[in-house]
Amino acid sequence: MTKAFLSGNDAFAEGVRLARPQVISIYPITPQTTVVERLSEMVEDSSLASELIHVESEHSALSCAIGASAMGARTFTATSSQGLLYMAECLQYASGGRFPIVMMNANRSTALPWNIYGDQRDSLSQLDCGWIQVYVEDAQESLDMALQSYHIAENPLVSTPVMVNLDGFVLTHTYETVEIPSQTDADRFLPPFQTENKMSLDNPKNLAFSVGPDNNMEFKYIQHKAMLDSRRVIEETDAKFAEIFGRSYGGLTQDYRIDDADYILITLGSITGLCREVVDELRERGEKVGLLKLRFLRPFPSDDLVAALESAKAIGVLEKDISFGYEGTVYTNVNSVIAKNGLHLETYNFIAGLGGRDISRENIKEIFRHLQTGGQHVNFIGLGVSIDE
Amino acid sequence: MNKPTLRSYQKPQKLSDYPLGTASEAGHLVTKNSGWRNERPIITDACINCLQCYLYCPDGVILKTEHGLDIDYDFCKGCGICEKICPKQAIKMEVE
Amino acid sequence: MSNQITAKTITDSEFFYGHKACSGCGGSLAVRIALKVLGEGAISVLPAGCMSAVGFNYPHLCFSNNSIISTFAGTASMLTGVEAGARAVGIKNFKAVGLAGDGGTADIGIQALSGAIDRNDDILYICYDNEAYMNTGIQKSGLTPFGAKTTTTPSGENIHGNIRPKKNLFEIVAAHDIPYAATASIGNLKDFMNKIEKASKIKGTAYIHVVAPCPIGWGIPVNETIDIARKMMDCGLWYLAEYENGQFKLNKNPREFSSIKDYLLSQGRFKHLDDADIEILAAQRDAKWAAIRKNWNTTEEEL
Ligand SMILES: Cc1ncc(C[n+]2csc(CCOP(=O)(O)OP(=O)(O)O)c2C)c(N)n1
Ligand code: SF4
Ligand code: SF4
Ligand code: SF4
Ligand SMILES: [Mg+2]
Repeated sequence: MTKAFLSGNDAFAEGVRLARPQVISIYPITPQTTVVERLSEMVEDSSLASELIHVESEHSALSCAIGASAMGARTFTATSSQGLLYMAECLQYASGGRFPIVMMNANRSTALPWNIYGDQRDSLSQLDCGWIQVYVEDAQESLDMALQSYHIAENPLVSTPVMVNLDGFVLTHTYETVEIPSQTDADRFLPPFQTENKMSLDNPKNLAFSVGPDNNMEFKYIQHKAMLDSRRVIEETDAKFAEIFGRSYGGLTQDYRIDDADYILITLGSITGLCREVVDELRERGEKVGLLKLRFLRPFPSDDLVAALESAKAIGVLEKDISFGYEGTVYTNVNSVIAKNGLHLETYNFIAGLGGRDISRENIKEIFRHLQTGGQHVNFIGLGVSIDE
Repeated sequence: MNKPTLRSYQKPQKLSDYPLGTASEAGHLVTKNSGWRNERPIITDACINCLQCYLYCPDGVILKTEHGLDIDYDFCKGCGICEKICPKQAIKMEVE
Repeated sequence: MSNQITAKTITDSEFFYGHKACSGCGGSLAVRIALKVLGEGAISVLPAGCMSAVGFNYPHLCFSNNSIISTFAGTASMLTGVEAGARAVGIKNFKAVGLAGDGGTADIGIQALSGAIDRNDDILYICYDNEAYMNTGIQKSGLTPFGAKTTTTPSGENIHGNIRPKKNLFEIVAAHDIPYAATASIGNLKDFMNKIEKASKIKGTAYIHVVAPCPIGWGIPVNETIDIARKMMDCGLWYLAEYENGQFKLNKNPREFSSIKDYLLSQGRFKHLDDADIEILAAQRDAKWAAIRKNWNTTEEEL
């Protein structure tokens, strides 16, 4: 184990190096670019023995990864925003074909208007593409989840691709001290990739075939079941990771001071750190507030949510997303769990940080006040103009 | 010789009967094409074994055997390309 | 030249069998022959299009070699991944081969193809050209010739079918300085088989463009697929050529052309053409051949 001062992207690249992918396809886009730069340097200095392929688009990046995965190779690619949308066709191809590719996505706003800064509209718009979606909070979690993601994706029960989301700039480009595990420990954690879902000369197969109405639903049900089963694998993976590296993230969600909390804020990604500080500050004043970080949005942590929210009076969902004409997508998902399980609590949605808009400590306090006083359900936080025209 | 063969097929009864992903055994045939045909090619004695019909058949159903050429009528579609390509007019198309 | 592949020497194994292509389909013959030459080490990638649609209907799977369907645009990029992945897991004696239609190659897949050639990936890309988007019901592609009627280039009083000439994909590919590119036709399988054999030995990217008539889309009887492919070469609307070591080489230099009008009017898709339209096509043909004869190596050799 060594320590280094790394950005989120650099840390992620270290995690990828430790996972030893055999084929990596790369195409640049801000703010993902430094990951593929680091990986290129690692291949150059021989600290990473991968086939590094300079594809000519994101569609090709993922198509190439699918091809390599179909030969039984461990693969990696990375993207962001426009790139993620450009590869949309291949996203469903990879998940339907059950290829356990790991991809990093630097969360970034989507055009129009053009904007290179962070929000989560890119990945949340692809929530239904059949990929496991992780949202990480800091550089250490980035590195750790690069490794854990392969362990989850390649489990034969799961065999599903994983998209690891890092908030653009605030996480991808912020430097922190990070522990880098040794290759020996990483190898102990992550065995080589093995699958029957591949072509080989001894056992020739036809892949990516058509399935008509007579069998198609069964294939889709099996895909859904694998995603549900991945919940257990995610928890087992976290436990194994803790055993070897001494760090644990709690599986699908991570809670903070929720035990007796009446008001719980639900977050994802890098904003969680600041929210934790606000919880501490309010707790000191005697307010019964807590926090629940959603680490995975697919599979959706329904059971964790019920357990965490059961005795709360009101909860809020803070997200950098809006499904135009409705509300934040995470909010919709959370509300569905609450309704299905008959929980009696008020729910509020706080849409913030679009296009890289700063989310301040004061904003978060305001959110907790709103949870306690009640008010409008769907709220835009930090708008710079009056909307009462 | 290696070619896919016709198998008996039973629709999966339980989830575990389905393959992982969309990957299944190569060359796994479960239905014939013979019903597509109005005419069937017959190779007559005029054949000089030049193999042009064998080469140009889009479906590859003219088979080389020890005793000459054979046609796999399970998969012949009756297109008549073999009849046209034959330099000796050794193939006759017969109405089914 | 010795060691030529012929009907006698080619393997009697079949790798594309029991498929659901229409009776007399030229594309299926191209795929069948290509895989016979390449043998069981071929790992084929087929994009959306007729050949994947007729070959991969679970549980009826018609390729006996390893094969995978790619996205429509992703033939070349998936080939790149297949080739790199196969090497990475230690597979030896394989050939990653793409078998893509004209639309999948010249239109939606041209970016990925260009990228793969640029990287000089060790793959063989075969475009079976039936001159339209057949799988979706005969729409115009970038390789549909001038004058052809398709469902998106109807012929009427105002417009006589497709108004644009066929994209010159062979030379577009060659302009990448690819190690090997060739044109072929299912009307001449001897030439096609031996070009595949040659291409399979190339280290780096190789490309073969094979004309493969579609009786449905071209409007010909199903037993005339081979004849029409031959007529197309005889009248000069297709040529057999290679690009290698930076040089173009014409493989067959006909002394005279057969009637272009005969070729055209024997097909439903050209039935509406008038003499002026045919004149345009003949003039395009003559200009092309003049350039070929001026600039390319035209010494004929038996391939
Ligand atoms: C991204 C995308 N766009 C469109 C299609 C629809 N599509 C499927 S096959 C096809 C036509 C294929 O034409 P070509 O490549 O010439 O092959 P052919 O069918 O003629 O053999 C089209 C348009 C698709 N599958 N994917
Ligand atoms: S083409 Fe005619 S002569 Fe030649 S092998 Fe076939 S049937 Fe015999
Ligand atoms: S009729 Fe067509 S499919 Fe049947 S053997 Fe002749 S060429 Fe082949
Ligand atoms: S439509 Fe044409 S190309 Fe497609 S399968 Fe039928 S004959 Fe072949
Ligand atoms: Mg076509």
